[in-house]
Amino acid sequence: MSERRPLDAVDRAIINRLQGGFPIGERPFAEAARELEIGESDLIARLDRLLQEGFLTRFGPLYDAQQMGGGLTLAAIEVSESELEAVADQVNAHPEIAHNYSRNHPLNLWFVLATERPEQIAEVLSQIATETGLAVYDFPKEEEFFIGLQLQV
Amino acid sequence: MKTAANLALAAPSRNALDAIDQRLIAVIQGGLPLVSRPYQEIARRIGTSEAEVITRLWRMLSEDTIKRLGVVVRHRKLGYRANAMVVWDVPDETVDALGYRLRRFDFITLCYQRPRRLPEWSYNLFCMIHGRDRAKVLARVDELVERCRLQDTPHEVLFSGRCFKQRGAVYQLPAEAL
Repeated sequence: MSERRPLDAVDRAIINRLQGGFPIGERPFAEAARELEIGESDLIARLDRLLQEGFLTRFGPLYDAQQMGGGLTLAAIEVSESELEAVADQVNAHPEIAHNYSRNHPLNLWFVLATERPEQIAEVLSQIATETGLAVYDFPKEEEFFIGLQLQV
Repeated sequence: MKTAANLALAAPSRNALDAIDQRLIAVIQGGLPLVSRPYQEIARRIGTSEAEVITRLWRMLSEDTIKRLGVVVRHRKLGYRANAMVVWDVPDETVDALGYRLRRFDFITLCYQRPRRLPEWSYNLFCMIHGRDRAKVLARVDELVERCRLQDTPHEVLFSGRCFKQRGAVYQLPAEAL
């Protein structure tokens, strides 16, 4: 990550193409590489570098925690600026936390948690409320209209 | 706390995952091997055939157990520094209509209905917009207001500040499945 090398057009094409999916077959890299008009070994080497340098957080499956029988929710806490970091650490100490961001609103700490079983969501949120002494608001999804997080680079 | 029994009990109501599925998920969640025949390599690690791995991955994708296979970007590092959660207070009767309308805007990356938490929180429709800077994101929000006639719909734009954690949801595999 220390080495700053800009992405070239091929890197960008790889990122754009592979956010939409990766082939499943005997030679998936060769198949994807053909579409990108590069060689199989070039694609593998570039993916390796994009992962090493931190442009990609992962290369693999995205699971649906709920389809797998688990629990998933978005939750938020209102915390003073001076305590924000300490509370974020308390929240992150739970391995179920997937994302955790501050946001510019009185309700300012927003995090996503995924659990193995649905009932663990309430357990973890209640532990966080106890540990922080703060109210934890749970915002489970009631309806999903769209999920297609793909960014063109 | 995390046992095979828990998972097995939880799974049948959704998509039943057998022991091979569980091993497969555990092996690939850290990432696909960067070799010419990754599914053969995965098969070797879990003691099955390449064809079996391919068949099971197709099935899990078609059942939505795996939403997709591919790359996940670190959006900030790629220049998407403004990440906004835009929340709307929409009458319950029209939230579906607006949700389906918003999904047609290609700059919206996620859109969910979530519960209000009155009196502190009155918003029930949440969508995400990622942009290179805040001004661009705010221009998108203006565009939504204009095109969906949301001038009278209360809304707020919550930009992300510090990222305290970002990782994919990790599937907890029962130890005995390995």
